Amino acid sequence: MSSGGFDLNNKRQYEVVFIVDPTVDDEVTRLTDGFKQIVIDQGGVVTKAETMGKRQLAYEILHQKEGTFVLMEIEGSGKEIAELERRMRVNDRVLRYLTVRVDEDRRRAEKLKDRRTRKAAKRPSRGGAPARRGGAVDFAEAAE
Amino acid sequence: MSTNYEDRPRSGGYDNDDDQDRRSMGRGGGRRMHRRRVCRFCIDKTDLIDFKDVRLLQNYLPERGKILPRRISGNCATHQRMLAEAIKRARNIALLPYTTD
Repeated sequence: MSSGGFDLNNKRQYEVVFIVDPTVDDEVTRLTDGFKQIVIDQGGVVTKAETMGKRQLAYEILHQKEGTFVLMEIEGSGKEIAELERRMRVNDRVLRYLTVRVDEDRRRAEKLKDRRTRKAAKRPSRGGAPARRGGAVDFAEAAE
Repeated sequence: MSTNYEDRPRSGGYDNDDDQDRRSMGRGGGRRMHRRRVCRFCIDKTDLIDFKDVRLLQNYLPERGKILPRRISGNCATHQRMLAEAIKRARNIALLPYTTD
């Protein structure tokens, strides 16, 4: 895995969720647009930006009990995330943010799904024989 | 602190069959009724557990707010790990509580 950031063949995908102070409700779109611009300036791509609406917080943050949640999906090298997080940290209206790198997990899920569909496609071709005791048998047959 | 998971009212999600009661009855001097535990996520063929799916995650968060252990829920190790990760992320952005009360 590339933790050093050298392998940039694949663009990384991130999900960024941040909570905006609900008392400045009308500013949410403006704030989001501002963040989008930051990402674009840094060479990233915003694939999705949507407001998840106002929600009760599970615990108080800065004496706020409610917050407006915004979800952004970003594709890029990671540089834009650093800048975005810096800006959000400084911004008083952003109560909290969370960035999750999703491309690796998604790829893994894709692989699992592929494997499952391939297995399912193979099974009925065996003359309707019920799946026997599982992995070991499948493996032996795959080797033939 | 004592959180008795067995005495919890059933709230769906982790308990899909009807032998919860038989289970808490116990038997004789402590041997527990055998109960087939199944991983919900394996049945549904879940590959990813999203931390934004609060409704789903809440099923695995008893009143106290602790993550339901897999000895109770019957989740497989892989899915329990994914679930725990998702719950922790959800807690971070105040979608779920760290503690209640």
